[in-house]
Amino acid sequence: MSLSSILTLIIGGILINNVVLTKFLGMCPFMGVSTKLSSAIGMGLAVTFVIFGSSVLSWLLYYYVLDPLNIEYMELITFILLIAAFVQFVEMFVKKNSPSLYKSLGIFLPLITTNCVVLFVAQDNITQGYNLIETMVNSIAVPLGFMLMLVIFATIRERLNGADVPEAFKGNPIAFIVAAIMAVAFTAFAGLV
Amino acid sequence: MSVKEEKKSFFSEMLLNNPVFGLYLGICSTLAISTSLNNALGMGVSVIFVLVLSNILVSLIARITPDEIHIPVYIVIIATLVTLVGMLLQAYTPELYSTLGAYVDLIVVNCIILGRAEAFACKNGVGASAKDGLMMGLSYTFSLMAISLIRQILGTGILSMSNPFTNAEIFALRLIPSGFEIPIFKSQTGAFLTFAILAAAVAAYKKSIDDKAAQAEKEAKAAAAKAKAEAAKAAKAAGAAAKEAKA
Repeated sequence: MSLSSILTLIIGGILINNVVLTKFLGMCPFMGVSTKLSSAIGMGLAVTFVIFGSSVLSWLLYYYVLDPLNIEYMELITFILLIAAFVQFVEMFVKKNSPSLYKSLGIFLPLITTNCVVLFVAQDNITQGYNLIETMVNSIAVPLGFMLMLVIFATIRERLNGADVPEAFKGNPIAFIVAAIMAVAFTAFAGLV
Repeated sequence: MSVKEEKKSFFSEMLLNNPVFGLYLGICSTLAISTSLNNALGMGVSVIFVLVLSNILVSLIARITPDEIHIPVYIVIIATLVTLVGMLLQAYTPELYSTLGAYVDLIVVNCIILGRAEAFACKNGVGASAKDGLMMGLSYTFSLMAISLIRQILGTGILSMSNPFTNAEIFALRLIPSGFEIPIFKSQTGAFLTFAILAAAVAAYKKSIDDKAAQAEKEAKAAAAKAKAEAAKAAKAAGAAAKEAKA
């Protein structure tokens, strides 16, 4: 595991294979939460934490429980349960230890369970055959890419509120047009590594 | 309601309460899978299968599920069904399975399915839930196919269709001469653009219907006010006439 391959994973996860623009994952929070910069950052951090924790746990679960028992087909069910339980645990922990943070994240926390990025990263680590270190790096890089998109998008949407948009395109349709243009811009990163 | 009216309401319902264009649910898979009609159909059928069965199962067990753990219970049901679909696809249509890839497993977190379980199936009977699942699944498939139709024709210039399960070609028709197709519609950008324009079209249609309803309401109100004024006038006139007669 050399430094350069770790760097490749990080840059790949954040810029080149950005989950939102290349795989269309996490669109629901992307459209729902990205209206304000502060909530975009809060959501991004919460998702990063959940993805890192649940992906590493899923990796351990897969290689130390499912694989030895030859029940790999239970992957989906165990992973989603693990994610749901992890999100619930994080919710309880935050509620108890930092009520103010809980209040500001409140509605987003339970929604993370159905964020496709979480399940995708957990499964992707297995399908790509990553080892534990690669899994950890990948599980940080991908949600950081997601957060980067949320933040960029939130700032654009704050400006969009004041723009003169055709009636029918107001709200989400214009946001998708913006996403289309951003997808073009991000293809420029393709040759980076 | 006549059959024709019912049919009409079915289609406008499908468009107005469309989970994809109206509520922005399940967009991830919609955008990713909509590159060709075959993929769209394969995905649509898988989602209908999961949605109908999960709605039925959820409506059956909703009453005996403790409220605190209902979401994990529903998710396990959905995950089991999706694992089933994944295995069936892998066994009988390996090609479709490999093109749909990770998105088959991601049906688990498709908001439409958990959303319908939460919003409809847990409060309604088995029959109604099955029907609701079928309707929602059909509108999802319909939206998926609408996007892929546009993307496929503009991106490859060919309108073609093959059976998604056996991969046997049914027909292929070149609509745009080769060299004139717009490859960007095959890429992510094309997916976002097509989706934005279709969503805007649905929003405009919705608005025109709302406007019509508002207009009708306004007219009815105006007519009612007019009738009231006329009645008052008539009453006044009658009163005057009565006074005159008295005099």
